[in-house]
Amino acid sequence: MTDLLTLDLDRDAEGFLQQPEQWNREIGIAIARECGIAEMTARHWQVCEFMRNTYLANGAAPSIRTLGKESGVTVKELYQLFPKGPAKLAAKIGGIPKPHGCI
Amino acid sequence: MKRIVILGAGTAGTIMANRLQRLYKRQVATGDVAITVVDQDDRHIYQPGLLMLPFGMYEPEDLVRPRQRQVSDAVEYIQAGIDRVDAATDTVRLDDGRTLSYDVCIVATGTQVAPEETEGLLGPGWRKNAFDFYTLEGATALRDALRDFEGGRLVINIVEMPIKCPVAPLEFAFLADWYFTQRGIRDKVEIAYATPLDGAFTKPMASRELGHLLEEKGVQMVTEFNAGSVDTEAGILRSWDEREERFDLLVTIPLHKGADFVGRSPGLGDGMGFVLTDPHTLQAKVKANVFAIGDATNVPASKAGSVAHFQAEVLTGNVQRLLRGEALDPGFDGHANCFIETGFGKALLIDFNYETEPLPGRFPLPGVGPMPLLKESRLNHLGKLAFRWAYWNVLLPGHDIPGISAQLSLKGKVLPATLTAAH
Repeated sequence: MTDLLTLDLDRDAEGFLQQPEQWNREIGIAIARECGIAEMTARHWQVCEFMRNTYLANGAAPSIRTLGKESGVTVKELYQLFPKGPAKLAAKIGGIPKPHGCI
Repeated sequence: MKRIVILGAGTAGTIMANRLQRLYKRQVATGDVAITVVDQDDRHIYQPGLLMLPFGMYEPEDLVRPRQRQVSDAVEYIQAGIDRVDAATDTVRLDDGRTLSYDVCIVATGTQVAPEETEGLLGPGWRKNAFDFYTLEGATALRDALRDFEGGRLVINIVEMPIKCPVAPLEFAFLADWYFTQRGIRDKVEIAYATPLDGAFTKPMASRELGHLLEEKGVQMVTEFNAGSVDTEAGILRSWDEREERFDLLVTIPLHKGADFVGRSPGLGDGMGFVLTDPHTLQAKVKANVFAIGDATNVPASKAGSVAHFQAEVLTGNVQRLLRGEALDPGFDGHANCFIETGFGKALLIDFNYETEPLPGRFPLPGVGPMPLLKESRLNHLGKLAFRWAYWNVLLPGHDIPGISAQLSLKGKVLPATLTAAH
């Protein structure tokens, strides 16, 4: 099992990775556990990977609405998978910086 | 002949048309350059006024002028809906079947509210106990409802970011506090502010300052609230994670999306209809000779008139560079500058960009001001009121504002390190 504390990761105060290239799936699983998600299902990964790939392609993380429209998982299910804050949690687990709800 | 086609004659499109007309005055006169603007209607709304209208500070007719008259006569104005941009063939197809070919296309069609995207919002209570104020019709209906409101729970809700003028919902809360105080019924009105953000604003220092102001004015802040559905008959706003906010009057800032034709134009926009745009050159990702400006883009800057004004300076240069075959200038830095009405005749002023959050200090002259940054003052409020004249007479004609440059200046601002040292 990956122990996040033994790795030299660049994380902000809330635990978001600042350098997406430091990420791998094992780290994602460990962060998920930290956030109270005991098991990462295929549905969880579908969202986290969509989040990560969109960020890497566009430089900005998608909003919840975009996730609901384009990730293949509805907004309702997003909240079941990631209670409280799907966009923030999926970003954290997917190893990208905190989305800023751009203004 | 070089053809420049501008889609949209709102703030950004009008500024661009007038700036390019001035740049190419001679070439337009000789027929070497043709500038065309397309918009679906002829009603230009002074959008900052929509915040004040519900409180009776303006009448609807004070805020509307014909679009065409704000654009130079040397520019061709076409009133028609837009079907799509076909970047592959450098053409724009209009709803009436006409096709415009272009050498440069500028998308300036802004953003629109989409209340239909929230379940139940357009139910029986729409514009009876649930209102938007980002449209002239919504703001006018809300004015009448506020006039008749005798007490109860007012909930202000942002459905999802990004929205136009991200400070306007906060200003609405401040002005509502003032309005009900003046009517002598503030003690009968509960005001709640439900936001998907984790604080009052997206940038830390301004978020703290504005959060304090909400608290001072007795506005309850509900954070990380992602609106999922509305029951207008029961007066309940529900979040996706099943929290409930009861309301007698709901003021919603609905989901925002780009113009419909963006979705029909191959490769032009993202899933919400915002044009995929380089944040510094304003070139669209779809093709080198397509640009976007203002609210229509997906760049992580505020959707605000000041941003369109600052972008216009960079974009005018880049259109010229593209037509000359030169490299583009990555000169846009995300600069935004906003007055924030805080009620009781006062306002705040903030000035920021992609990298630098709103900081305290003086503006526009370092140390002198006269306007204080991130601090309430009467002068800032007068500045906001005077802005309506400046909008029609300075901003839309595409003139520079003396002393304020397109790029953010750190002069006169107190940097966080200095602030910490002073404490």
